[in-house]
Amino acid sequence: MLYIVDRRKNPTGKSLGNRQRFMRRAKAQIKKAVESTIRSRGITDITSGDQITIPGKTLKEPGFHHQGRGGNRNYVLPGNKKFVQGDRIARPQGGDSGAGGSQASPDGEGEDEFQFTLTRDEFLDIFFEDLELPDLLKKSLKQTTAFRTARAGFSVEGTPSNLSLVRTMRNSLARRIGLRRPKTAEVRELEEKISALQAKAEQRPNGKLTKTDEDTLHTLLADLEEAKRRMKAIAFIDPIDTRYNQFQKFPDPNTQAVMFCLMDVSGSMSEQMKELAKRFFMLLHLFLHRKYEHVEVVFIRHTSRAAEVDEETFFYSRETGGTIVSSALEEMKKVLLDRYPTDQWNIYAAQASDGDNYSNDGAKCTTLLAEDLLPKCQYYAYIEITDEREAEIFAAAEGETALWKAYAPIAKVNPRFALKRVTKAADIFPVFRELFAKNRAEAGR
Amino acid sequence: MTSKTKSADKLLFTSADWDFDTLKVTYDAIEDIALNELKLDVYPNQVEVITSEQMLDAYSSIGMPLMYHHWSFGKRFVRDDVMYRKGYQGLAYEIVINSNPCISYVMEENTIVMQALVMAHAAFGHNHFFKNNYLFKQWTDADGILDYLQFAKSYIAKCEDRYGFDAVERILDAAHALMDQGVNRYSRPEKPNLAAELQRERERAKYEDETYNDLWRTLPQTDQGDQDMDELKRKMRVEERRAQFGLPEENLLYFLEKNAPSLQAWEREILRIVRNIGQYFYPQKQTKMMNEGCACYVHYAIMNSLYDKGLISEGAMMEFIDYHSRVVFQAEYDDQRYSGFNPYALGFAMMQDIHRICVDPTEEDHQWFPDIAGNNAPVETLKEAWAHYRDESFILQFLSPKLMRDMRMFMIDDINSSPHLEVAAIHDDNGYRKVRRSLARMHDISVREPDMQVVDVDIRGNRQLYIQHTEHEGIRLEKTEAEMTLGYIGQLWGYGVTLQAVDYESGEILHEVNYTPEDLAN
Repeated sequence: MLYIVDRRKNPTGKSLGNRQRFMRRAKAQIKKAVESTIRSRGITDITSGDQITIPGKTLKEPGFHHQGRGGNRNYVLPGNKKFVQGDRIARPQGGDSGAGGSQASPDGEGEDEFQFTLTRDEFLDIFFEDLELPDLLKKSLKQTTAFRTARAGFSVEGTPSNLSLVRTMRNSLARRIGLRRPKTAEVRELEEKISALQAKAEQRPNGKLTKTDEDTLHTLLADLEEAKRRMKAIAFIDPIDTRYNQFQKFPDPNTQAVMFCLMDVSGSMSEQMKELAKRFFMLLHLFLHRKYEHVEVVFIRHTSRAAEVDEETFFYSRETGGTIVSSALEEMKKVLLDRYPTDQWNIYAAQASDGDNYSNDGAKCTTLLAEDLLPKCQYYAYIEITDEREAEIFAAAEGETALWKAYAPIAKVNPRFALKRVTKAADIFPVFRELFAKNRAEAGR
Repeated sequence: MTSKTKSADKLLFTSADWDFDTLKVTYDAIEDIALNELKLDVYPNQVEVITSEQMLDAYSSIGMPLMYHHWSFGKRFVRDDVMYRKGYQGLAYEIVINSNPCISYVMEENTIVMQALVMAHAAFGHNHFFKNNYLFKQWTDADGILDYLQFAKSYIAKCEDRYGFDAVERILDAAHALMDQGVNRYSRPEKPNLAAELQRERERAKYEDETYNDLWRTLPQTDQGDQDMDELKRKMRVEERRAQFGLPEENLLYFLEKNAPSLQAWEREILRIVRNIGQYFYPQKQTKMMNEGCACYVHYAIMNSLYDKGLISEGAMMEFIDYHSRVVFQAEYDDQRYSGFNPYALGFAMMQDIHRICVDPTEEDHQWFPDIAGNNAPVETLKEAWAHYRDESFILQFLSPKLMRDMRMFMIDDINSSPHLEVAAIHDDNGYRKVRRSLARMHDISVREPDMQVVDVDIRGNRQLYIQHTEHEGIRLEKTEAEMTLGYIGQLWGYGVTLQAVDYESGEILHEVNYTPEDLAN
């Protein structure tokens, strides 16, 4: 007796629930792994899913088991080539892999690293947990948002152009069947029968029908009358049948964004500082990518002059010379006007610097920022990257850099602008979170 | 291989692809051999075709088609998934379920030769073993398992809805940690008879009275007598208590399910579910090697018979032999690939060896196996063995000197105090029995798994639960895991827990870990 069952069409992903439970369980570790992955990738290259590795230990399923070694035991191995009874063998060093099958853990599972692949969504969800665009940004987004229309079922009223013929006819048919409205064909049949009988009468000499035919004709005429009455009473299409396609407007956010990365690359910015800046930019990119279908990145670096460059040059070349921050702002303004009209692009900018600036440049920066750039930007973040030792001094002495002094007053009045200090890699994420936290206003800048 | 000429029209299939018709025709040919030549006794078969993804699904929920949700199955899934995609690990060719009808899964990606192999292996080999082995007969309910799993799945899902993921996960984690200790291994121990105990104590007291010598009073006075009396009373209280709780109890999950003071009814039900599933798999753990050996023997016999009858081509036979030899490959101890005995290899080799002893015995075989050597009834002999043994007793009974020589088995003594390992025996006249005994012990689950028992509850005091590990040959528990597991027990029990290691020989307590409720709260 055999039953063959084809189960291939059965829903797959029976393990999805288990996978989700696993992710929940390993969340802390996965999060850590995700954060470390980000360090080794390019800015625009971190939006795919990723292979991550987490320590197997944290997902241990404990049980009562014997120790791997110790005590007195014996075991049998296959493949003896040279041993005779009584031979002595030095204990294998390290691990007990050679110690035979009896000590293998029951499900063949060691404590080594545990590797698996996150889907893109899982990866980003973990990364952006608790992060959202600040409320205030959402508001400004709404103003520039276009709407698109999409079908939203059927309604009982609407404009004739939206009449759904199929739905209406379906309702009408159901009603007509339900109320037993005579079909046109039935009426026509009655009429034909009547005229046939009448024709029959004309052919007869006395112009009269036989008694039976006479009766039939009467019945037919009555039927016809009744049918016509019903047809009149029961409309072919009644207002209650009509259905209209309904459309709803959905906000359609601008689907593209541009992100300006501005950085001081003069000698005072060390490789480490650039590395910190890179991580910040990566986060920003990832964040924007989550919100917009299309994100462009513009890299602007500056010393005493500014230029738009590619990512490689941005992060990996070093210049010397003075520092004039306003040159970068000018460059950004130029690029904005050239290529990114405000009505089509959501504009974000992040500036990383060690805070040094040419002493007379501060006022110019303030003006450029407040008057030209901020009105166009959704958000502008300034992160000041400082040496750890310097940070201590600042913390003690409330010292401020030239740029900080120039920018701080703007941050007080303009909610689209925020500034933060970063001293080490561990600060990046918290600072980013703070800048983009859900309730930034409440959290206090 | 003999070069018989095959007429193409007799062949069951000619290309590597399969469809439902060839599957059916092939199954019928296999069934004919299994039932009429090998005379196997099987449950009705249900063969289910699934995709590799579905195989991964089934694989990660311990091979069952229906299983409740738990993160550990997700963990197994993501690990298998990575291994499979990277090509580090093939998928199991088949999964078979001990149920009635017996369900075997075959993957759609397989060639028809593989499907034939899988059907012969699972639908007849494993199926026969499940239906006839005494352990399965005694412990598992093939008719009811799928219904039970369905119940378990929906029950646990309902609990998740009502009490939340976390609460259910906590119970399941704890229950899983104790799954190995959640089975009844032997028949239940006799309940200690309190009346008999008291009678014995009375007799002892009477004897002491009778042999009382007044002269002892002249010895310097101590309160020894009172102490003895207290000791006696204490012992009696302990016995009373143990009787009340049915102690000692080896089934920790059972004990907790019945006696943990503060568990909710649904939590007890979940413990029961895990315990029942553990019990269902317990026979499989004890017969892994035999079960695979039986299935390999059966598929090998059937495929050869198909070939001999001219039903499959030489090419198909070559393909089969390729799969087969990969399955029954045994790496030697010094090989990179070695990870213990391959149950398929050892099992198949033993079955083939018994077959040989039955039909073509040597003088040695006559000495070692007088009952079966040369009886010319290989299949009947094997079927007897499949029905009445488990891995440990099977090896002890049937491992032959020839096979020990063929596999070049040797035995190592690993004594803790010695700086060296010592070769205690090899495949020679002096060694056969020792090697065989040692290999059998390695397959004895009661030796492999620690001997744990609930021994006492301080019911009048702080309700401390006492669990004992009987330590054989100084082999201790893996410490970190044991402590974590103890933590789980504490969670279920709700009060303090003590783990004592007791020496098997002397009975003395070697070491002890205590958990107070405060420890468990952390």
